[in-house]
Amino acid sequence: MSPLTGLLMVVAIVLAVWSVRRCAAIDGPRWAGPLTAGLFGLWLLFFWQAGVTVFEVPRVLLPSPWSIVQSMGEHAGTLTRDFVQTVLKAVLFGWVLGSALGFAVGVAIDRLPFLQRGLLPVASLTSTIPLVAVAPIMVMWFGFEWQSKAAVVVLMTFFPMLVATLAGLQAAGKLERELMHSYAASYTRTLLDLRLPCAVPFIVSALKVNATLALIGAIVAEFFGSPTVGLGFRISTEAAKMNMSLVWGAIVVAAVTGSLAYALLVQLERRWAFWHPSVRSR
Amino acid sequence: MTNKAGPITTVLGFVLVLWYAGAVWLNAPGVIERVLNDKPGWTASDLVSATLNMERPLLPAPHQVAIDLYSSIVDWPLDSPRNLLFHMAVTAQSTLVGFVLGTVLGVLLAAAIVHSRTLDRALLPWIVASQTVPVLAIAPIVLVILGSLGLSGVAPKAAIAMYLCFFPVTVAMVQGLRSPQRIETELMHTYAATRLQAFWMLRMPAALPFLFPSLRIAIAAGLVGAMVAELPTGAQAGLGARLLTGSYYGNTVGIWSALVLSALLGLGLTAAVAGVERLVLRSRRT
Repeated sequence: MSPLTGLLMVVAIVLAVWSVRRCAAIDGPRWAGPLTAGLFGLWLLFFWQAGVTVFEVPRVLLPSPWSIVQSMGEHAGTLTRDFVQTVLKAVLFGWVLGSALGFAVGVAIDRLPFLQRGLLPVASLTSTIPLVAVAPIMVMWFGFEWQSKAAVVVLMTFFPMLVATLAGLQAAGKLERELMHSYAASYTRTLLDLRLPCAVPFIVSALKVNATLALIGAIVAEFFGSPTVGLGFRISTEAAKMNMSLVWGAIVVAAVTGSLAYALLVQLERRWAFWHPSVRSR
Repeated sequence: MTNKAGPITTVLGFVLVLWYAGAVWLNAPGVIERVLNDKPGWTASDLVSATLNMERPLLPAPHQVAIDLYSSIVDWPLDSPRNLLFHMAVTAQSTLVGFVLGTVLGVLLAAAIVHSRTLDRALLPWIVASQTVPVLAIAPIVLVILGSLGLSGVAPKAAIAMYLCFFPVTVAMVQGLRSPQRIETELMHTYAATRLQAFWMLRMPAALPFLFPSLRIAIAAGLVGAMVAELPTGAQAGLGARLLTGSYYGNTVGIWSALVLSALLGLGLTAAVAGVERLVLRSRRT
């Protein structure tokens, strides 16, 4: 490192700290927060790139952001196929089926308090169990293709949705229920007009949790064996080949998918649960 | 608690019955092909007893798993790699080391964020956003980086468990450290308390109820991290490694034993955190 680049680095650091601090001090406008975060992220990328170039960090250890982008461009076809395999097949299918099953079972046992009292503690306890460890068994049962990954995802997303549905159906207030009762509303009427709408915020937040869980489940399940395509497969094999740029590329794809899914669900929440205090306050 | 015991046992009993039924149903084709073919005139009871005692079943029956677990724990010394408790200890060790480091890191980071507007505006959004990203996918990278730095053994596994633990702890602690109300912080101010005193006497105690639920999430996440970290490291020791070797050699009963033990480990670790929570929060109230 020559003295000149050293000096430039120091100047850049001072500039970065000053600009982020300055930006964080802005009060009032709503764009100030995202702007600060965005600026911080950009500076981080800059120092990542500059640090890797200046200190000549080996690509095996940490590739620069630019080389990650380059490798994503080179292998765009591969990454697209991985995305289709992991996200559009395994994750989407498993997430929809697991959440739908959890919801259906939750509604079905709504009239059976005995089962509820037994199932709720058991279902809550499953969140402490590393469920993703069933992956080798699912691979054995359903083969290497995406079906086995979807099965892992179904199992991982089922219980959070079940717990959320059961909690959501209990969320309607006593007063409202008594009102429905005084209207001589049937069980189905009350369920459709009062209790399910009240459960929507719970269900949407379970959908959000499940989106992340589903991605993790599918990627980790691919570590246990998969056809030669898929994000998890790409990450594990390219890491073994020390081709770290492509590994980071696959992770970028997974990360962007996760945040986009989350953002989409937040939009859905605004539309479906606009009346709920947690949404209104935003 | 007492009115829950009945329903819970019913549900668990139902699961057990389902498991046996599933074992018979899934193993039947294999049994008919391999065992009963050379024995014409077999009956239904032959079929059931054969499906429940297969050598390499598609789905082992609960008692097979229980016997396998028992024999691996009793027949071998504790330090033998054939003993599953040895593998459980390996996994528990990296989980706990990662959990402690991750909690310390998370609390320190949260304290810094609460006291610095810059960090709050610049760093916190990224930490919150990272919750929506499958961070576990970075595990192979961490293993490669730490491996090329010459670190092996517990360190890489604990590192992965650590970064899975620290996200929820940071987010919850920021919320908790901010939970004291204005009137309380102003009271501390009128006592001329320093920021450090206010932190220890007001913010920290107020944050504890937020900390413990996040710790329960963190330790479960850390366990998953430690088990996944054991996969690419040559599968030497640990429950994750047992799962992988089991799937290589088609040793289904072994996979299920490791699975049951990892579930028990997860339950035990969470129960331990919950126990500490009860102790700490009880002594506060008196």
